[in-house]
Amino acid sequence: MDQKLIDSLKERARDVRLGIIDALGIDHRGHLGGSMSCADIVAALYFYKMNTSPQLKDDPNRDRFIMSKGHSVLAQYAALAELGYFDKSVLATTKSFGSLLQGHPERSTPGVEANTGSLGQGLSIGVGMALAGKADKRGYHVYAVLGDGELAEGQIWEAAMAANHYSLDNLTAIVDMNGIQAQGRTNDRYRINNIPGRFAAFGWKTFEIDGHDMGEIVWALDEASMVKGAPTAIVARTVKGKGVGFAENSHAYHNNLLTPETRSQAIASVKAM
Amino acid sequence: MPEKNQRQAYGAALLELARANRNIVALDADLNGSTQSIQIEKNLPEQYFEMGIGEANMVSVAAGLALCGKIPFVHSFAVFAAGRPFDQIRQGVCLPCLNVKIVGSSAGLSDFGDGATHQSFEDMAMMSVLPHMTVLAPVDAVETVKAVKVAAAINGPVYIRLNRNDLPILTKESDPFEVGLPLVLAEGKDVAICANGIGADLALRARESLGKHGISARVINFSTIKPLSAEATLKAVNGVRGIVTVEEHSVIGGLGDAVARATGRMPLPMARVGIKDDYGQSAHSYDDLLNHYGLTAEAVEEAVLGLL
Repeated sequence: MDQKLIDSLKERARDVRLGIIDALGIDHRGHLGGSMSCADIVAALYFYKMNTSPQLKDDPNRDRFIMSKGHSVLAQYAALAELGYFDKSVLATTKSFGSLLQGHPERSTPGVEANTGSLGQGLSIGVGMALAGKADKRGYHVYAVLGDGELAEGQIWEAAMAANHYSLDNLTAIVDMNGIQAQGRTNDRYRINNIPGRFAAFGWKTFEIDGHDMGEIVWALDEASMVKGAPTAIVARTVKGKGVGFAENSHAYHNNLLTPETRSQAIASVKAM
Repeated sequence: MPEKNQRQAYGAALLELARANRNIVALDADLNGSTQSIQIEKNLPEQYFEMGIGEANMVSVAAGLALCGKIPFVHSFAVFAAGRPFDQIRQGVCLPCLNVKIVGSSAGLSDFGDGATHQSFEDMAMMSVLPHMTVLAPVDAVETVKAVKVAAAINGPVYIRLNRNDLPILTKESDPFEVGLPLVLAEGKDVAICANGIGADLALRARESLGKHGISARVINFSTIKPLSAEATLKAVNGVRGIVTVEEHSVIGGLGDAVARATGRMPLPMARVGIKDDYGQSAHSYDDLLNHYGLTAEAVEEAVLGLL
C-alpha cells in the first residue's frame, strides 16, 4: 500500500477533526463524539475514494455520500469546507441562526446530497440513488455512513432487504461502530451485537476493519467497490470522540459543549495524534 | 349517470405519462393490482420497482430516486401511504421539496370489507399539514387523469387521494383543473356545498332534493385542497348564507378546515359532513358504511337545513 497516500489521508483526517472543533465553537452543544469517530472514514471517502468535488456537485455521474447518522454531520461539513464547497470561515457559524450549516444535513448546504437526521432513513435514500444509477447505467457509487445505535431503526433492515433484492453492488454502507449511543453503551442500552453477521444474513458482502486505521479503511473501500452482484457493508470498529482524549469512549460528549479551556485541550489532543 | 373506476383511470393515465417520460417510475408495496401501478410493472417493467411490504423504506427510496432525477410515484392504500411513512415523507421528501408523488388508494371508507385498519380518514389532514405538499382529491375518473398529469408537472411533492370503487362521472374533459382553484359544479344562491372525492356526488344529489324545498344550493368542487386560494374560495362562495363541506374524511384537518381557513377573513356559518372523530369498520357493502357514518345526500341536505 502507498504509504505516502496513507500519511496524507491521516493529515486530512486531522484537518477534519480540527474542522469539527471549529464547527462546534464555544459553549454550544454539538455532536462531537460521533463526528470524531467517523472522521477517518469521512476523510478517506472525500479525499481518496469518491469521485466528487465542488466542480462535480451537479454532475449526474458523481459518487454520492449520505451521512445517515445525520448528527455527525460536523465531520462532513469539515470535509466539505476543506474541499472548497464553501469557505472554511462558514464552519464557525454552524447551527447559528441563518447559517448555511444546519444542525443536521440539509440539501441547502452545497455538497450535502440528502436530508437526514431522523435516524434510519439514509440507507434507504442510498438504495434509491443506487437504483437510479443502475436504471440509468451510470457508474457512480453510493456511500452511506450509519451509526451502530442507528441500526435499531427497523427501516435500516428494510433497506438492507431492498439492496439485496436489487443486487445493489453500487451501494456501500459503512457502520461507524463506536459502541456508544446518546444515553450509554449501545449493547447495554439496546443490544445490537454481531453487526457483520446481521448484514451478511441479509445478503450483503461484509468487511470488518479498524475504523481508525487508514490503511484498513482504504483497503476496505477499494475491496467494496470491486464486489459484483451484492451490496457491501464495512463494519468499522471506532472510538467515540476519537482524537479528543477527554471525550474518548464516553457518551458524555455525544452532544456536549466545549469551553475555551476544553477547546484548547481538544485542539492540542488532535494535533498530537 | 355513467360510472368509472378511479383506480383504473389512474393506472391508465400513469402508464401514458410513463411511456412519454422514461424518468417517471412507480413503486409499490405489494398492492399493485389494487393501486393499478401494475400497469407500469406489466408494460414498462424497467420503470417499476417492487418494494415489498415496507412503506417506510419505499418512501425514502423514492426520495433517493428523485435526488437522481427520477419522478417516483409511490403507491399503497391511503392509510398506509400517508400514515406509516409520515416521518419519511416529512423529513426526506417534503422538507427538501423533492419530486415524489404519494398515491393513497382505497381512501376513506372505500375499502369497505377490510375494516378500520384499511380505511383512512386522516390522510388529507396528515398530508395537508406538511409544507411544500400539494394535496389532490379528485371527484371522478375524468379528474383523476387530470390530477396525475398535474402532479407529474409539479416539481415537488404531491399527494393524490383515490377511491377504490366505481364513481359517477361528474366533470367534463373540458373542465379546467388548476391546483388551488375551486370549480363551481352547479349554481345556486342560498348555500355553498363544498366537496371533494365522493362528497361531490352527494352534494349534487342533495342539491336536487333541496331545490324541491325551494333552497338553491351551489355545489363547488374542491378536488385540489392544498394549496387553496383564499381569494378564489371567497369568490366561489360569494353571496351565499352558509357553507356545508362534504368529505369522506375526518371533519378534523381535511376539507372543512381548509375551507374555514380560506374564508376566515369573511366567515360564514359552516357545517361539516364527514367522519366525526371516529374509526371505520367492516361491511359487505360500501353503502352500509356511508349510511352509518352519515355520508349520504340526506345527511348533506339535513346539514344545509340545519344551517339556514
